[in-house]
Amino acid sequence: MASNSLAYNEQAGAGETAELGQEAAATMSPSGAFGLFSSDLKKNEDLKQMLESNKDSAKLDAMKRIVGMIAKGRNASELFPAVVKNVASKNIEIKKLVYVYLVRYAEEQQDLALLSISTFQRALKDPNQLIRASALRVLSSIRVPIIVPIMMLAIKDASADLSPYVRKNAAHAIQKLYSLDPEQKEMLIEVIEKLLKDKSTLVAGSVVMAFEEVCPERIDLIHKNYRKLCNLLVDVEEWGQVVIIHMLTRYARTQFVSPWKEDGGAEDSEKNFYESDDEQREGTERRKKPYAMDPDHRLLIRNTKPLLQSRNAAVVMAVAQLYWHISPKSEAGVISKSLVRLLRSNREVQYIVLQNIATMSIQRKGMFEPYLKSFYVRSTDPTMIKTLKLEILTNLANEANVSTLLREFQTYVRSQDKQFAAATIQTVGRCASSISEVSDSCLSGLVCLLSSRDEVVVAESVVVIKKLLQMRPAQHGEIIKHMAKLLDSITVPVARASILWLIGENCERVPKIAPDVLRKMAKSFTSEDDLVKLQILNLGAKLYLTNSKQTKLLTQYILNLGKYDQNYDIRDRTRFIRQLIVPNEKSGALSKYAKKIFLAQKPAPLLESPFKDRDHFQLGTLSHTLNTKAAGYLELSNWPEVAPDPSVRNVEVVELTKEWTPAGKAKKENPAKKFYSESEEEEDSSDSSSESESESGSGSEEEADSSEDSSASSPSEQEGESASESEGRSKRTAKKSWKTRAKSDSEDEEKENEKSKSSDSSSAESSSAEESSSDAESESESDSGPDSRKVTKEKEGRPKQARSTLPKDVSLLDLDDFNSVSTPVALPTPVLSPSLRADLEGLNLSTTSSVINVSSPVFVPMKTHVLLHRMSGKGLAAHYFFPRQPCIFGAKMVSVQITLNNTTDQKIENIHVGEKKLPAGMQMHAFSPVDSLEPEGSVTVSMGIDFCDSTQTASFQLCTKDDCFSVNIQPPVGELLLPVAMSEKDFKKEQGMLTGMNETSALIVATPQDFTPSVILQKVVNVANVGAVPSGQDHLHRFAARTVHSGSLMLVTVELKEGSTAQLIINTEKTVIGSVLLRELKPVLSQG
Amino acid sequence: MIHSLFLINSSGDIFLEKHWKSVVSRSVCDYFFEAQERATEAENVPPVIPTPHHYLLSVYRHKIFFVAVIQTEVPPLFVIEFLHRVVDTFQDYFGVCSEPVIKDNVVVVYEVLEEMLDNGFPLATESNILKELIKPPTILRTVVNTITGSTNVGDQLPTGQLSVVPWRRTGVKYTNNEAYFDVIEEIDAIIDKSGSTITAEIQGVIDACVKLTGMPDLTLSFMNPRLLDDVSFHPCVRFKRWESERILSFIPPDGNFRLLSYHVSAQNLVAIPVYVKHSISFRDSSALGRFEITVGPKQTMGKTIEGVLVSSQMPKGVLNMSLTPSQGTHTFDPVTKMLSWDVGKINPQKLPSLKGTMSLQAGAPKPDENPTVNLQFKIQQLAISGLKVNRLDMYGEKYKPFKGIKYMTKAGKFQVRT
Repeated sequence: MASNSLAYNEQAGAGETAELGQEAAATMSPSGAFGLFSSDLKKNEDLKQMLESNKDSAKLDAMKRIVGMIAKGRNASELFPAVVKNVASKNIEIKKLVYVYLVRYAEEQQDLALLSISTFQRALKDPNQLIRASALRVLSSIRVPIIVPIMMLAIKDASADLSPYVRKNAAHAIQKLYSLDPEQKEMLIEVIEKLLKDKSTLVAGSVVMAFEEVCPERIDLIHKNYRKLCNLLVDVEEWGQVVIIHMLTRYARTQFVSPWKEDGGAEDSEKNFYESDDEQREGTERRKKPYAMDPDHRLLIRNTKPLLQSRNAAVVMAVAQLYWHISPKSEAGVISKSLVRLLRSNREVQYIVLQNIATMSIQRKGMFEPYLKSFYVRSTDPTMIKTLKLEILTNLANEANVSTLLREFQTYVRSQDKQFAAATIQTVGRCASSISEVSDSCLSGLVCLLSSRDEVVVAESVVVIKKLLQMRPAQHGEIIKHMAKLLDSITVPVARASILWLIGENCERVPKIAPDVLRKMAKSFTSEDDLVKLQILNLGAKLYLTNSKQTKLLTQYILNLGKYDQNYDIRDRTRFIRQLIVPNEKSGALSKYAKKIFLAQKPAPLLESPFKDRDHFQLGTLSHTLNTKAAGYLELSNWPEVAPDPSVRNVEVVELTKEWTPAGKAKKENPAKKFYSESEEEEDSSDSSSESESESGSGSEEEADSSEDSSASSPSEQEGESASESEGRSKRTAKKSWKTRAKSDSEDEEKENEKSKSSDSSSAESSSAEESSSDAESESESDSGPDSRKVTKEKEGRPKQARSTLPKDVSLLDLDDFNSVSTPVALPTPVLSPSLRADLEGLNLSTTSSVINVSSPVFVPMKTHVLLHRMSGKGLAAHYFFPRQPCIFGAKMVSVQITLNNTTDQKIENIHVGEKKLPAGMQMHAFSPVDSLEPEGSVTVSMGIDFCDSTQTASFQLCTKDDCFSVNIQPPVGELLLPVAMSEKDFKKEQGMLTGMNETSALIVATPQDFTPSVILQKVVNVANVGAVPSGQDHLHRFAARTVHSGSLMLVTVELKEGSTAQLIINTEKTVIGSVLLRELKPVLSQG
Repeated sequence: MIHSLFLINSSGDIFLEKHWKSVVSRSVCDYFFEAQERATEAENVPPVIPTPHHYLLSVYRHKIFFVAVIQTEVPPLFVIEFLHRVVDTFQDYFGVCSEPVIKDNVVVVYEVLEEMLDNGFPLATESNILKELIKPPTILRTVVNTITGSTNVGDQLPTGQLSVVPWRRTGVKYTNNEAYFDVIEEIDAIIDKSGSTITAEIQGVIDACVKLTGMPDLTLSFMNPRLLDDVSFHPCVRFKRWESERILSFIPPDGNFRLLSYHVSAQNLVAIPVYVKHSISFRDSSALGRFEITVGPKQTMGKTIEGVLVSSQMPKGVLNMSLTPSQGTHTFDPVTKMLSWDVGKINPQKLPSLKGTMSLQAGAPKPDENPTVNLQFKIQQLAISGLKVNRLDMYGEKYKPFKGIKYMTKAGKFQVRT
């Protein structure tokens, strides 16, 4: 370091500069600090002087040298006082290096470290978010117990910071504080709870990490955030993804029922459930139905799938273990391809992945069978990789591929890597024992190996042959004779012992050889290995019993030798055998049974995979790799018998209500709330946790109740979050939800309605917010005042929005999935549905407008259309219908579900889409080919077609293995729409902009009973996929939608006139569609 | 998660240590050394080693062991993947990742490590962000720094960490706007004695070097995307778009990055561009063995095969080899028994061959197995799978970038059993 001496010279005159670490100098007694190391190493003296210079370059140089010392693991703690003074340096690099030093040594020099705290405290208030974040980072890394309260405060502040980056750092700080002082757990859990609600992808990974570290047992904190986490997952940074996926795997195992019970049929039954749902809602108990996957369960499985494409091996592995542990067995197959891809990676990655594949391949061979060749061993692989690959190959062996494998093994057996060759021989043994077809050829192959030159190979072969022969004690005299000859040449003790044991067991089959072998062994007894000596004794004993004439003396000679052996095991055994076989007066009753004891039929050993017992560990974990429980390993629980209440995951977003309800109503919110909290005191607690963000007014009640509900957070913390911020956020989310609201989960509502019916209003399990709100409804009805109606309205609105805050596509996919598996058979008839709807209305006991609110186009029964008749399709029949879900293949596509039926008595193979003949501009996403369809089987596939907002037909060919059939799909105009939810105000505004040319109208005549709100709603949504708009006037019914392709608004108004007429008005930019829709709606509304 | 990191060189010295939580004594590495001794070869050191209180997870690259110390359950791949990312970052920063380079740049290394992990949990692993935080050292900058006293630490705080596209920094400016894409395919194959293919597959990557101003939004489409069987993407690629349209749509990171890696479906037969004729024989009685290898082209679609390198691990019994190549140079290391023959270009008219004798240990039995031959080669201007990029479009910026696509086929793990 040339600049070293330079700095030294400069240093000479310079004293302590005031501006550097002024407060440090003021609070510290210099003499004491200097005294600390004055006697110590002299060479640090120059560093100290450099640090005190007023030149940044000298300081920097000194710091660099110090960091170099730290890196090499040398002790630099004497310099602490000199370094800590520079914590406030203006130079960023100096500052950073000081931070590095501080974090390293603060634990050892706690008192001095305190000097730096005030700098960080000041920086925590800095306007720049990155400075705030880094201050928090360093502050929380200083492991000094005294500052725990300061850290706690800083974390709390930071967790409410506007910047997500600071909040991320707060999440990291939580873990640090927890490891420093576990006493803070309760407080930290509160912060975690708050941060879990955070919607930023930056924060998600870190806070889940904190959750896993601090309170993994508090699974209840996840409920409300479950869907959000699932939806954010794709956008979280890769490391966070790993942590979240592992956590969600655990979560899923506690919250959902096992999808494995009806393997294979899982998907079908799921569909049945959903269809039958509409009909059987009431009364039927859920558990008795065939297995149905919880939509949230499905959500997780679906949302993790794209991550299999991640470049990060850890993410891929995490998804793979998630699929392995929680997805239906039929779906787990998708992971194999990705796992095999990882095998291209570094040796360490290969090692872990192969281990996991080894465990998987024991249980489900089929998954990896297509990739058999990917596990072929290369001579350049490290031995541990080779052994693992071999293990997998063995697991995958079956009748079909075993001959190929054995050929491959022949190469391995000759490998230069003898350890690997030995492992291969073991493998051949396992193949032989598990697949009886090849056991003879394996055996002869192994016998050939006995003439190998390499001793390790021969020895291993002997051991394996021994096991195989034991398994099938057929006539293998020749092999035994051959092996007996080997005794002359082979020296490996295990092999010798094996041969001796084998001869002993079969001594009656080789009556001439056995005594001779014993003779030879008697000669070499003293020089044998202990293992071999024991077997010689055994052989002697067995021969004595069967052929005492020839071997009596030999055996006694051996027993005498054994009596004076150095090894006590051998002496013991000798004594034992002598007593047992040599008859004398002392020998007890046992010697009569000696023959039975020695020559009993022994069970054959089971050749098993060493990975057999690993499956009780979660895949992808350290514990699995080590096959022991690592510290902090969290057991995967078994599936619950009965799923816990799924509604706990419903999220209530109350802030939205303000946006929802027209401005005038918002003001009246307060009295409404009061009313609510008075009458529903016992249920309040469950609401409070999610509501309190906006309802700071009801804080006191919450506090009283918070003990009841563990998930309720303390009000003080909630209030800490500034009102303005939460409002700002609510606006943002509200805007987002504007688009998605229409798609808001109608299924949730249905469920909820069901519940409000079935559940007792005073029921104790008021854990679900929705539930209680619907309870509130029914109760408020009885009290009914003008207020109560508002409450009802507001509450109705709320659950509607429940899931609308989720990023839209996924919550949509969700529903899509259910439809995708529905059978046409189970489709509810249109007749039933209206009655059900009426039923539900009765349940709600609410006003007209809210009825429209509740209705959702999604549940309108769907007509199926014939795509291909079975006569023209040579037995293949196809029907299609429109599930009215946004298409997963593209935003501009209409999703179409096609149900394929095989009415022939033969399998139909490879059903796929052939040539497409689409009009210009139209696009189509074909369904993934169906490999085969069993006779009488049916399968539902989904595809997406972009109709370009026209009713033109999409023609394409539906092909099977042998035939092609031209088919076409023509969409009804109503299916080219997606429902939109909007407020009345917005509707009017939009309508105002779409007048003149964009308006078409028609007059309808019908009987008054056809103009009841529910009938109109039913009819309209039956024809078109529109969303109802809340209406303040009874005679006006409004519906809104947008076209799928272009997103143009489509506004439908039905205005009831005097008598039995009504005006039907459609406003849209797409006048063509508008008029077609008008034409279709008109007859529907007017007919009786 | 990750408590500490130790860097250990091949002679067993710990030359760097870094702790993110409280300090773990370096004596914990003794367990590692034990395992290393047992494994005999560096390659065989198990990546996960349990000790009474800690677990050691290591990766071995560039003759350095990166040993991470962890205390509690953590997905092992998480740590391993991260360690590899660390190595990649060092390589990115210093060009090479070796012991002397790390020692020379210990301060930068320390600063980078400090940013990469916070309390053992990855904080910033994108090289774009890191480079904004801590500038990689260059000769010019070192000179400037010594004169002006400025530092490697970026004085501007990184914005990427906070943005929606964390892999790209804002305010990128270039006078020449260029985007280059290299389609590189590797053939992994095992060829048996008789020359028939036991297994062969194609693994491809698309590496990009994008130097574009502003926030360009690129789409890359293929003529035959169906070829790609299994793909993994850089996080910048929009997955939905790929699913629905088989188009790569992305906002690229600045500079070099791997856009995509893919696997070509196994159904397609892989064309093997070279063949190897060999005759290697050991005789039981004599102390001499014969050795002959010829390499020739096959299914190369009219392209020349370059950079051919043949290597083989000879059995222990081989003492020395006296060989004559028809072209190129060869070496045989009598200690490691490694034969390597640098062939260069293959001229189809005059096939390169290597002939000669091997002297064997007298008296020792002949080796069981003939050695496996590993092959490396390169073919320019050819993607062996037939993958073709259709077009590259840019949205979001006004200028016209210069675009270039290059194809190359290489041997991956290409083995010929003899």
